[in-house]
Amino acid sequence: MLAEFLQFLFSGITVGATYALAALGFTLIYNASHVINFAQGEFIMLGGMLAVFFAQMGLPLPAVLVLAILVPALVGVLVEKLAIEPVKGAETVTLIIITIGASLVIRGLVQVWLGKNTFSLPAFSGDEPIHVLGATLLPQSLWVLGVTALVVVALWYFFNRTLQGKAMLATSFNRTAAELVGINTSWVLFMSFAMSAALGALGGILITPITLTSYDVGIMLGLKGFVAAVVGGLGNGLGAVVGGLLVGILEAMGAGYVSSAYKDAIPFVLILLILFFMPRGLFGGKSTDRV
Amino acid sequence: MNKRIYFGLYGLIAILLVLPFVVPNSFYLDLAVRMAINAIIVIGLNLLIGFAGQISLGHAGFLGIGAYASAVLPMHFGWHPVAAMLTGAMASALLAALVAKPIFKLKGHYLAMATLGLGIIINIALRNEAQWTGGPDGMPVMPMALFGVEIASDRHWYWVVAALLVLTVWGSLNLIDSPFGRALRALHGSEVASQVVGVNVARYKVSIFVLSAFSASIMGSISAHYIGFISPNFADFFHSIELVTMVVIGGMASVYGSIVGAVLLTALPQALATFEGWETVAFGAILMLCMIFLPRGLVPTLAARFGKGDDK
Repeated sequence: MLAEFLQFLFSGITVGATYALAALGFTLIYNASHVINFAQGEFIMLGGMLAVFFAQMGLPLPAVLVLAILVPALVGVLVEKLAIEPVKGAETVTLIIITIGASLVIRGLVQVWLGKNTFSLPAFSGDEPIHVLGATLLPQSLWVLGVTALVVVALWYFFNRTLQGKAMLATSFNRTAAELVGINTSWVLFMSFAMSAALGALGGILITPITLTSYDVGIMLGLKGFVAAVVGGLGNGLGAVVGGLLVGILEAMGAGYVSSAYKDAIPFVLILLILFFMPRGLFGGKSTDRV
Repeated sequence: MNKRIYFGLYGLIAILLVLPFVVPNSFYLDLAVRMAINAIIVIGLNLLIGFAGQISLGHAGFLGIGAYASAVLPMHFGWHPVAAMLTGAMASALLAALVAKPIFKLKGHYLAMATLGLGIIINIALRNEAQWTGGPDGMPVMPMALFGVEIASDRHWYWVVAALLVLTVWGSLNLIDSPFGRALRALHGSEVASQVVGVNVARYKVSIFVLSAFSASIMGSISAHYIGFISPNFADFFHSIELVTMVVIGGMASVYGSIVGAVLLTALPQALATFEGWETVAFGAILMLCMIFLPRGLVPTLAARFGKGDDK
């Protein structure tokens, strides 16, 4: 009983950590621009696929990691410069369609370049499972959780203790006011795309040894990251992390105890329930509008 | 109603009447039927996006409900196709109302999230309930018969959907000019202001969403009968996105824009087929370029450029 429960919990928090990183990516961009970036999932895919590509070239793991994070970050910046900045202030639907267009371009290019096959990446430190109270835990899961925890702490530090981080926070609260006190808000937009692409890619790299990857994994991962961001209250960083873990755990429990065929539906049932009963998410504040 | 709006309608009727006699072969007739089907769905969706200012990212789910109602009910339970079609449409409308009621009490783009979730759940259910739906492989659909006459050939279907398209355009133009439509337009302008002058914002939004879901479901049924085969891809996220794209490319809040958007985006995959392997890249790039250079959509942008002004 306990062993089974623990097993589901382990796999849940592992995937949940990836969703959390994706959700943080959504949150960053949403705060900087109110754009819901539907290309977020493609950064997860890009991270995993590039890691596989660079690893097959024979590069050492640290180089693989750096390159597979930097290239997607560069792609994120390109998307922002070429497609989001020129249409600043456009309607939400327009911006959503642009990010969907970007996701199709990225997915299509990877499909042309690396094909439609499924790829695997060797685990960072072996495949010897660790036994915990009858359940098994892959060393790679510890990598996923450890790195995610580090990233969350680093982000917290960045947003609360550095000038750049505070400038980004200020922009998310009130863009005009931020501009008035001299914050370069287009730099903020630029940074938020670079950072969220990097976060997505990192999640994609870490999870690939466990779940495998292919050119089309980004759609589902991205949508679930989006669900996680909404569950936590869109725009709330802590909420994104909790939302990600919650979505991952519920999905794993649902797959284990209820129906594995409906595993992918669980996050979306969750989002409907959240919208009906606590529409601002678990951590979203009350909002008031000035007429 | 503005007279000029009717010129557009007469023009449309003229084109639809001539079209089947000038298309070179059945390939183009088939394309025309699919364009018209998409145009009807997109007009309904555009009422929601363009006038109520809300996005549905799961409209293909309603298409799926209609299509599978028309496939499953006659096949497994011996229902008459028309009864099956109406049942599907009622189910879609009911589901839309159930989802929309709590959502529209909130401000913001929550409908986008809710419909996204709903669409994906419907798609997963269609894939999994293989004993009824044939699972990912899909299932055949029995032919449609009205008063004992089977609608079978492309040409039959062409006249059916052409008539439906004209009806939809006429109905939408009237709806937009009715008090209901004026309320919707007020809503898009300023929700608070319209509330102040007594428009029941939530109720109007729910009605328009239910209407667009109903219309999508009916067209889903018609597509299913026309193609004679249905698979869950018909109800997937990508198809929902395609529909929203047709609205935005043609032009939000523009009935004729919806037709233009549907025609262009239905033809696009055919045109892109020559790019072998690069279709996705090309499709994505075209989407982005259209949105960057024509953010208001083709028809309103062109109408503004040539000074016609009125771009319904």
